[in-house]
Amino acid sequence: MRGVRLTRRYRFAASHRLDSPALSAEENRKLYGKCNNPYGHGHDYSLEISVEGPLNADGMVVDREALDGLVEERILRLLDHKNLNQDVPEFEGVVPTTENLASAIERRLRQHWNLAPRLARIRIAETDRNVFEMEAPF
Amino acid sequence: MLLTRKVEFSAALVCSNPAWSEAENRRVYGGNANPNGHGHNFMLEVTVEGQPDAVTGMVFDLRELKEILNQEVVEPMDHRFLNREVPPFDRVVPTAENIAREIWTRIETRVRRPNVRLRNVRLYETADLYVDYGGQG
Repeated sequence: MRGVRLTRRYRFAASHRLDSPALSAEENRKLYGKCNNPYGHGHDYSLEISVEGPLNADGMVVDREALDGLVEERILRLLDHKNLNQDVPEFEGVVPTTENLASAIERRLRQHWNLAPRLARIRIAETDRNVFEMEAPF
Repeated sequence: MLLTRKVEFSAALVCSNPAWSEAENRRVYGGNANPNGHGHNFMLEVTVEGQPDAVTGMVFDLRELKEILNQEVVEPMDHRFLNREVPPFDRVVPTAENIAREIWTRIETRVRRPNVRLRNVRLYETADLYVDYGGQG
C-alpha cells in the first residue's frame, strides 16, 4: 500500500430472492434454502468503499463529499429500498447473491470513477455474519 | 504473524488552512472547518508484524505496546485540542490521514525490534470512516 487508504461505510436496505434460472425449483430450494422463498426477503447491507492514494495539498486522500456524492448517486440511489431482482438491471436473469452484488457495485463505480485516488477495495456485509470483499486489482 | 492493539482517545480539532478564507475552508473541509472546533472519539488500531519469540511465545509484549501507545498517543492527545495543544497540528491540518501519519512517525521506531516491525496504523474517526497507513507515501 502506498499513501493512505481511506474507508467509508454506507448502508442500504434491499430485498432479494436467490433463484437460479439454470436450476429446477427443487434444486433451487435445496441450494438456497430460506433465501429461495418465492416472495423474497431483505437485508440491511453495510457497504465499505476504500480508496487509496497520496495525500493532496489539503492533507486528504479524497474529498469526503465527492466520494459520498459518487456513491450516493451511482450506488445507493440504485439499491436503497429496492428489490434487487426487480428494480436493478444487473439482476435480470442473474442471481442477486452478495458476490454478484459486489461485482455489480465494483463495475458501476469503476465506470463512473472521477476521483483522484484509486478504488482499492469493496467490502459488503449482508449481515454481521456474512461479509464479502473484493480487493484491487479487480 | 500480525498483532493488533486498540486504544481510544477523544480530541477536539479544526480542519482549516490559515491561508484561506472561512468560506474556502468550509468548501474543502465542510463542518470540520468550524473555527471553534469539533470532536471525535478516535479509535486506533496498531498492527505489528513478527514471529512469536521462541521463549516467550509472543510477537510483542502487550504491556509494553500498551505503554508505548499511552506515552505517544493517549497521554498527549486524549482530551486535548489537537491544533492548540499537540504539535505538529498547530501547522499540519489534523485530517484523519495526517493524524494516522503522525502516529506512525511517533511509534515506528519505538516498536522496531530485530524481528518486529510496525505494519499498519488504522484510525477510526467515526464508526463509518477510517484510514489505514502503512508508512509509505
